[in-house]
Amino acid sequence: MVSNASEVDHYASDFQQLQGLNDNNWVSQIRSRAMETFAGIGLPTTRKGNEKWKYTNVAPIARIPFALSSSSNTSIDVIKSVAPWSDSWTNVVFVNGFYRKDLSDQSGEFELTNLAELIEERIPVENLGSLTDISDDGFAALNTSFLQDGIVLKVAQGKTVEFPINVVFFSDGSPSTVAHPRIFVKAGRGSSVSVIENYVGGGGDYSLTNSVSEILVEEDAVVNHYRFLSESEHTYDVGYGRVKLSDNSVFNSRSFFKGANIGRYDLNVLIDGEYASCDLQGLYFTSGDQHMDNFINIDHAKPYGTSNLFYKGILDGKSRAVFGGTVLVRKPAQKTDSVQSDKNLILSADAEVDSKPALFIYADDVKCAHGATAGNVDADTLFYMRSRGIDLETASRLLIYGFAGEVIDKVEIPELRDFLEEAFLTSLPSYKFEF
Amino acid sequence: MSKHNLIEIKNLHASVEDTEILKGINLEVGVGEVHAIMGPNGSGKSTLANVIAGRPGYSVTEGEIIYEGDNILAKEPEIRARAGIFLAFQYPVELPGVRTWQFLKAAVDAIRKENGEEEMGVRDFDKLLEEKRQLVEMDPDLVKRSVNEGFSGGEKKRNEILQLALLDPKLALLDETDSGLDIDALRIVSEGVNNFKGPQKSVLLVTHYQRILDYISPDYVHVLVDGKIVKSGGAELALELEQKGYEWVRESTGTKVQT
Repeated sequence: MVSNASEVDHYASDFQQLQGLNDNNWVSQIRSRAMETFAGIGLPTTRKGNEKWKYTNVAPIARIPFALSSSSNTSIDVIKSVAPWSDSWTNVVFVNGFYRKDLSDQSGEFELTNLAELIEERIPVENLGSLTDISDDGFAALNTSFLQDGIVLKVAQGKTVEFPINVVFFSDGSPSTVAHPRIFVKAGRGSSVSVIENYVGGGGDYSLTNSVSEILVEEDAVVNHYRFLSESEHTYDVGYGRVKLSDNSVFNSRSFFKGANIGRYDLNVLIDGEYASCDLQGLYFTSGDQHMDNFINIDHAKPYGTSNLFYKGILDGKSRAVFGGTVLVRKPAQKTDSVQSDKNLILSADAEVDSKPALFIYADDVKCAHGATAGNVDADTLFYMRSRGIDLETASRLLIYGFAGEVIDKVEIPELRDFLEEAFLTSLPSYKFEF
Repeated sequence: MSKHNLIEIKNLHASVEDTEILKGINLEVGVGEVHAIMGPNGSGKSTLANVIAGRPGYSVTEGEIIYEGDNILAKEPEIRARAGIFLAFQYPVELPGVRTWQFLKAAVDAIRKENGEEEMGVRDFDKLLEEKRQLVEMDPDLVKRSVNEGFSGGEKKRNEILQLALLDPKLALLDETDSGLDIDALRIVSEGVNNFKGPQKSVLLVTHYQRILDYISPDYVHVLVDGKIVKSGGAELALELEQKGYEWVRESTGTKVQT
C-alpha cells in the first residue's frame, strides 16, 4: 500500500468542514482517528503484495478529487423506477447519502433510525465500527472519516420482523461527488429480519459510492440480507460488509450486481458462534467496460458451523469480473461443513474472469469443497435442446436465463424476485452459442 | 405399390475422428412399423440413432438418409425434430436453471410454429402437460424443477417418454431407453412407447437387451455388428439372440467383432 498525499489532500478540506459541524460530538473522535488512518494508508493499490486488490485497479478512483455530495430533491417516482419497491415493505430512502424522511416509512415495530439524527442528538451508537478494521482498508477508513448518515437498525430480542426493510441508496449522479453510506444492523437474540440494501442511480459523469455495512447477528437470530447494485456506467461503487454470527445464528446473503463502472463488494462473515450458518449467493452480470470484483470471505472461528458460497457470473463485452476470497477454517472450528463455488458464463471473447476462491483449513475434522468454473455451454446440452426442435437462439436464451435464474429463484421475497427477474432477464444480451 | 417408407437409410457410412463406426447401413422403416436394432457394445447402434437425429461430432462419409422423400443429412437437428424425428437420449442432459415446463413449452411451440400454428396458450399447455405427465406417472414436482437436474436415472428416462408423448413425432428413435431401468420404470416407459405406436407412427428402438422387447413387440429385428446389419428377421430373432448370444450371430454370419 502506498500513502498518497494528493489523495488525502482531496478529502482534507471537506473533512475539516464536516468536523466543524459536529464539534465535541461522539462522532468527531471516530472520524479523526479514521482520517489519521486514511492519511497513513491511502487507497489500496494493485501493486506488490496486495492480494486483496490484485485484480482491481482503483487508480481511476484515486485520481478524481471527489467532493462530498449533498442531498437533492429527487422524487419518489425516480426512486421507484430503479429500485425494488413494495408498499408492504418498510422503505427507507437515502439520496446522495442523505436520509430522506419524506420518502421513508417509519415503523414502531423495531428501532430504525438514521445516523444523522443520532449524531445531531448526540446519541452514540454502541458497537458501531466494531466489525470494521479501518487500518486494513483505505475505503472503509475513508467512509468512517466521513461518518455522517446511514441507518441504524436494531431488532429486539425474539422479534420477528414480518416485512422486509428496503434501504435504497440513490445517487443523482452529480459529477465528481462521493457518498459514504453507513449501515449498522443488530439482530437481537432469537430475532428474525430481512434487509434489502440497494445502490442505484448515478449519472453521466463520474461519482463514487463508498459504503460500509456492519451486521451483528446474536444467538439464534436470522438475518436475510439482499444487496442490489445497479448504478450507471460512470459510477464507482465500493462496498464493505462485515457480519458477525453468534451461536445458532443464520445469515443468508443474496448479492446482485448489474451495473457500475468499477464495482467491488468485500464481504466477510465471521462465524463466531457454534452451530452458526451462512449461505452467501451472488449473481453478477457485467457488460461493456464494466469491472466487478467480489471479494467474499468466510471465517470459521467456532465449531459446527456450515457455510455455502455460491456465486455466478455472466460476462459480456469487454467486461471483467473478479471472484476472490477465502474460506478460512480455524483450528477450533471442528466439524465445519463448507462448500464454495463460482461459475461463470462468458459470452464474449473480450470478457475475462479471474476466479480465485481459496480454502484454508487448520482444523482436521471438517468437510469442505470448493471449485470455480468458467466457460461456455457444451455441445451435448445444445444438441439436447435442438433435438426437441428448439433453435439455437431460443436454446441460448433459455440457458442464459436459466443460469441467472438459479440464483434469482432462491430469493424468497416474491416482489423482489419479480423485480430481479425483470431487471436481469430484460438486460441479458441476445446471444447465440456456437454449436 | 410397395409399403410406404418413412425413412430409408442407404449405404450409410459414418465416422468419429477418422474411426469408421457405421460401415454401410441399409435400412427401411415403413410408416406404422416398429424396428429393433440389437447389437453388442460398440457395434454402432447408438451412433445410428444419433446420426439420424443429427448429433454433431459424426461425419457421414458416404450414403444418405431419406426421410419423407428428402435427404436430411445436411439439415440441422432442430429442423429434423420439427419434421417429426425424435431421439430419446441414452443419457438425457441436465439443464440447470432451465425449468422443465419452460423447456417443454419452447419445444412444443417450435414444432407448432413449423406447422404454421400459433404458440400454445399457457392454460392449454398446462392441461396437455398434465395429461401426458399422468400417462408416464411422473412426479408433478419434477415438472417444476430444472430439466433432469437431480433426477434419478429412471426419472430421466420417464422425462424422455413424457417428451415423446408431448411432441408426438412421426419417428421415435429410442437410444437404449431401457438401460438402467428397474422393472417398474421399464413397464412405464414401454407403456409410453406403446401408447405412441400407431398406424401413422414409426419406432426405431436401439437396445442391447431383449428384455424391453417383452413389452414392446417389434415388427422387425436387426442385428448390428461392427457397423453393419448382419442379420434381420422378425420378433423371434430377438428371442433367438437372447438364447444364443451375440457370439452365435458372429459365428453364423462369419463376422469378426471386438467385444
